[in-house]
Amino acid sequence: MTRYLIIGNSSGGVGAAEAIREIDRRGPLTIVSEEPYPAYSRPLIARYLAGETSIERMAYRRPEFYHQNDIGLVLGQRLVRLDLESRHTELDDGRLLPYDRLLLAVGGAPIVPPVEGLHEHEFFTFATLDDARRLAARVHSGQRAVVVGGGLIGLSVTEALVKLGVHVTIVELAPQILGRALDAAAASMVLRAVEEAGVRVLTSRTVVRVLGGASGADVRAVELDDGTALPCDLLIIAIGVRPRTEAMAGTAIAVQRGIIVDRHMATSCPDVYACGDVAEAYDFVAGGNRVTPIWPNAYLGGRIAGRNMAGVDTVYSGGTAMNSLHAFGLSIMSAGTVDPPPGEPAYETLLRDERAKGTYRKIILLGGRVVGMIFAGEVDRAGIVFGLMRNGTPVDAFAERLLADDLGLLSLPAELWQQMVRA
Amino acid sequence: MGCHLCEVHCLTEHSQSRHVVRAHKRERPRALARVRVEEALPLTLAIQCHQCDEPMCVFACLTGAMQKDPETGIVTSDSERCMGCWTCIMVCPFGALRRDTARGVVAKCDLCAHLVTPACVAHCPNEALTLVDVTP
Repeated sequence: MTRYLIIGNSSGGVGAAEAIREIDRRGPLTIVSEEPYPAYSRPLIARYLAGETSIERMAYRRPEFYHQNDIGLVLGQRLVRLDLESRHTELDDGRLLPYDRLLLAVGGAPIVPPVEGLHEHEFFTFATLDDARRLAARVHSGQRAVVVGGGLIGLSVTEALVKLGVHVTIVELAPQILGRALDAAAASMVLRAVEEAGVRVLTSRTVVRVLGGASGADVRAVELDDGTALPCDLLIIAIGVRPRTEAMAGTAIAVQRGIIVDRHMATSCPDVYACGDVAEAYDFVAGGNRVTPIWPNAYLGGRIAGRNMAGVDTVYSGGTAMNSLHAFGLSIMSAGTVDPPPGEPAYETLLRDERAKGTYRKIILLGGRVVGMIFAGEVDRAGIVFGLMRNGTPVDAFAERLLADDLGLLSLPAELWQQMVRA
Repeated sequence: MGCHLCEVHCLTEHSQSRHVVRAHKRERPRALARVRVEEALPLTLAIQCHQCDEPMCVFACLTGAMQKDPETGIVTSDSERCMGCWTCIMVCPFGALRRDTARGVVAKCDLCAHLVTPACVAHCPNEALTLVDVTP
């Protein structure tokens, strides 16, 4: 019997375990997690902070999931060493776990920039339930918070803090918020909503120093690169995550930014697979490997890894950067290349800019195929466009119709929608 | 023929009262139809969830609310666990899912699993909608 070992108990690890169990009910399967909880929905930590959900309700799978699937769960243990020769992993407590197939789904770690005085004072990151619990224990109405980073994580923690009555200032290094997910126009819609909620947003600014009080680790203010001091009671660092590749150092596993995997989610070492935020996997828009640290890609990659680990040859069709932003009363979906690279005439942009009415649609074409999209406002059928993008369908003949209010399957040529509904 | 009766009866079946007039006129928030009739006359097409074998909405779901029943093959969203992030909507190639903004959860076809025949099929006057078992 094949022994499966999965390091990481979030969407990638669960996706792999579910795929393995669809194929192999009997091979011993163990999941190891550094966190003390059964799998939970990480994106819900902002709702938890805001007091809108409980740890029980955040469960990503039902409590009986591990038992029903005959999965051994090891919680609160970190992978410290990999021995690829003898096919063992070593955990924190010195335990050695053997494997026949190994999945590294250890995720990402918050990036903490080198800022003077930062480590001498209390600051928060926002990636795990424990991060949210630590912050929840310290937050109260009327405080002033500085959130460093105006990306998706920065906005989600900001929204929760605003609900709790905290006065938030976002400090973003780039000229716009959400620079990785949205173009300037769509970001301006979010900016407006964020500012209307009472949040101050400083762009093209960075924190250069953390200033403390007379004693202790309390933060008193942060100093910005233009010399101004922003008084604050809470400091949250939310500038992104990096792949957690430490345990792979010194092994033969090929790592660039993340662990490099092929189209089967296999690493450069036999029987070792990787997925999720730690992996550099195929991106169907980039046409090469990229780190795209988002939840759905982790699950999909994990699923493909699991199938291959269980012996069913399956090719990963790839993921890409994609987000459905639902914050401050707005719904904005974006995927792929949202801004064509400047000076590249090969790209074509279809635009419907009715921001005053809350609608914004942008579709980027390259070679007659969709390579990027932004939908704001009415988003109910944006998936049709995403599907065309994912399948690389030539859309030249009907691309303009994808911007219309009546976007639907009938916007597509008959042979295309007929093929879809028959499948 | 574009009568939209499937939408009417789908909404009714997913309402509190399951009464066609009350469901449409009185209940607030109003229930949502999970089937959508598209028109490009003379062509009309009723779109509902295809209960995909490899359901992207299930794989992409951020909370685990969207699940495919291994026995029945029906894909359902648990409204207690749905966070209304609309990631499932973004990845559905049919555009078959809808935002229920009043309740903050996604609305989708559950094939009326509690009925012998789904409401849309039962009330289709032209037998354009049929229920086909494609279980492998």
